[in-house]
Amino acid sequence: MKKINEVVTLLLLLSVLVTGCGSSVVNGKKDNAGEGNDAGKTITVGFSQLGAESDWRNTNTQSMLDAFDGDGYTLIYKNGQQKQSNQITAIRMFIQQEVDYIVLAPATETGWDSVLSEAKEAGIPVIIVDRRVDVADKNLYSCWVGSDFELEGRKVAAWIKAYTEGQGIDPSDLHIVNIQGSLGSTAQLGRTRGLANAARENGWEILAEESGDFTETKGREVMTSLLKRYDNINIVYCENDNEAIGAIDAIESAGKKVGSDIKHGEIMVVSFDAVNEQAIQYAREGKISCIAECNPLHGPRVKALIETIEAGGTPEKFNYVDERIFSSVPDVNVIIVDGITYTVDAPPETQSAADASSSG
Amino acid sequence: MKKKIKLNDSNLLLVITIVIFTLMYLGAIIFQGGGFTKPQMFFNQFNNNAALIITACGMSVVMITGGIDISVGGVVALVSMCCAVYLDNPNGNGTIGGSILIALGIGIAYGIVQGFLVAYLDIQPFIVSLAGMFFARGMTTIVNTAPFNVENEKFKALKLTKVTIPFIGSINKKGEFSPAYVEIGVIVALLIVILLFVVLRWTKLGRCFYAVGGNKQSALMLGINVRRTKFLSHLICSTLAGIAGYVYFLHVGSGSASHATGMEMQAIASSIIGGTMLTGGVGNIIGTLFGVLSLSTIQNIVSLAGLDQAWWTGITIAAMLGIFLIIQSVVMAQRKKA
Repeated sequence: MKKINEVVTLLLLLSVLVTGCGSSVVNGKKDNAGEGNDAGKTITVGFSQLGAESDWRNTNTQSMLDAFDGDGYTLIYKNGQQKQSNQITAIRMFIQQEVDYIVLAPATETGWDSVLSEAKEAGIPVIIVDRRVDVADKNLYSCWVGSDFELEGRKVAAWIKAYTEGQGIDPSDLHIVNIQGSLGSTAQLGRTRGLANAARENGWEILAEESGDFTETKGREVMTSLLKRYDNINIVYCENDNEAIGAIDAIESAGKKVGSDIKHGEIMVVSFDAVNEQAIQYAREGKISCIAECNPLHGPRVKALIETIEAGGTPEKFNYVDERIFSSVPDVNVIIVDGITYTVDAPPETQSAADASSSG
Repeated sequence: MKKKIKLNDSNLLLVITIVIFTLMYLGAIIFQGGGFTKPQMFFNQFNNNAALIITACGMSVVMITGGIDISVGGVVALVSMCCAVYLDNPNGNGTIGGSILIALGIGIAYGIVQGFLVAYLDIQPFIVSLAGMFFARGMTTIVNTAPFNVENEKFKALKLTKVTIPFIGSINKKGEFSPAYVEIGVIVALLIVILLFVVLRWTKLGRCFYAVGGNKQSALMLGINVRRTKFLSHLICSTLAGIAGYVYFLHVGSGSASHATGMEMQAIASSIIGGTMLTGGVGNIIGTLFGVLSLSTIQNIVSLAGLDQAWWTGITIAAMLGIFLIIQSVVMAQRKKA
């Protein structure tokens, strides 16, 4: 008897649950009708960030949060904690929440077909930032915003070329080591390609290419072993700031001097990102001779793209953010890559100053 | 007589879990509205957590028997990596059937080894499965270091297959009716829930699990083969972890050493929320299902409420676990008094 009672209670509870769902269907329809009327009032953007692994990533997230703070926008931010499955969950939630736009910074390049087609079926435009997605149908997303990593590499190479020519150093006297980023990442591939092509064209010698995994510790480790192996290194090409900090530490510990005066035995360090405070400080001191900026401030650009779509326009498929190049070495003022002239700026005073100047 | 009271305890905790979940979901519909008013949001809780439902079910069985298995997340990662490597091999002869066999094989092998160590060599299940977890994570990296996606056409077709639910759906932004759907993994998960529910409720083996977890000594005196029962509980758990690995693989379509990190902890949390007690002898599979749903719903509520940082999710889950544990112990204490 008691058991029957329990079963009955259970069934009752289940029926409550089921009716709960049933009524939700009705609610859903009502809500949709309501939303249709006041469309255009506030624009809701769902942002699925891949994680919070580096300074660059955090600045990137903050830029998105700032760009969509108030001003007729609501941003729902979801941290994927480096996992694609979390990002899939987040996008599905955005779809059910009927956000107006989805911004995705994907953890991996592949595996997005099904969830992006769900967004498309729901009529929600998707904007990809930073890394790219590899989908069979390119129409699954409206556009992409990010950095041109190969251009960054070519800019640094162009700076090295301009500087050494100015100093009257023979190209065959340049002995470069490349401390690469995490192998296979878009940034590593682009920056390595940029240097490799320039070295081939100019006849520079690349002594070694080894990965420092974008970290300071690994950068120090790799540089220490490279210094033991080669005694003629005069340029160290680090694929991000953290590696450069580690490499400088290693060079100084080995009793050598860091700087741009390679004629007199100094070892020149060049780097990428310009997000890390210490690296910018090093650039001001001349320990890092040249930094190509990797602009994490995607927020304003994404906002502009959304405004274009809102106004009924079709944005460009691939959008590169503007990126500068910094150096405290006075000899080179401009570099030319592909016929476009880039001014070489002095390293920014503080990070907040850099933020203000590039968002303006 | 003793056994009967135990079953009733299980039912009481189950009822509490279902009531709290229902209230939570209704609350979300009323106060947050938006996505929660749509049936697909409800089904997404299943779509996103099919693998977790399966692992949590296995975990519940082990916990009811008085053990624990923290290797399940590692097994899920290992299975997805092995299946990915197999299906994506350059010869292109990987078949779906073969990959399912790999998944089951890894799960069963894990169950036999861990079950044997726990049941017949009397090693603490925590230690055994801790070693199992490290082994699985390590093996995953040995099989392949870099994460990669599977390009096998048959597999991709299976991955994209959706089961639409008739008559339930919502009107999307374009004004079209889009029916609600679930992934294949959800069907598998629900079948496993039903199967385990039947086994635990109406079979001799099921009752043995409760008896061994409730009191090993009296179970021994009742003539139950305690070692065999423990062994079987680990075998079931690891086999389910293998199946969950395949379902997870089907969900993300890639192999990676970082897949399913922390899944074992989510499975334990779901089981506890679902009314399974770590001390053993009490638990219910339907409760575990609702435990998983409660966990994922609370995560959605938290992020839709604008508490966007990752740690908020952790804090809410901790608070929720705390609340459930307090409710459980208060209710159990009341019952004992009565």
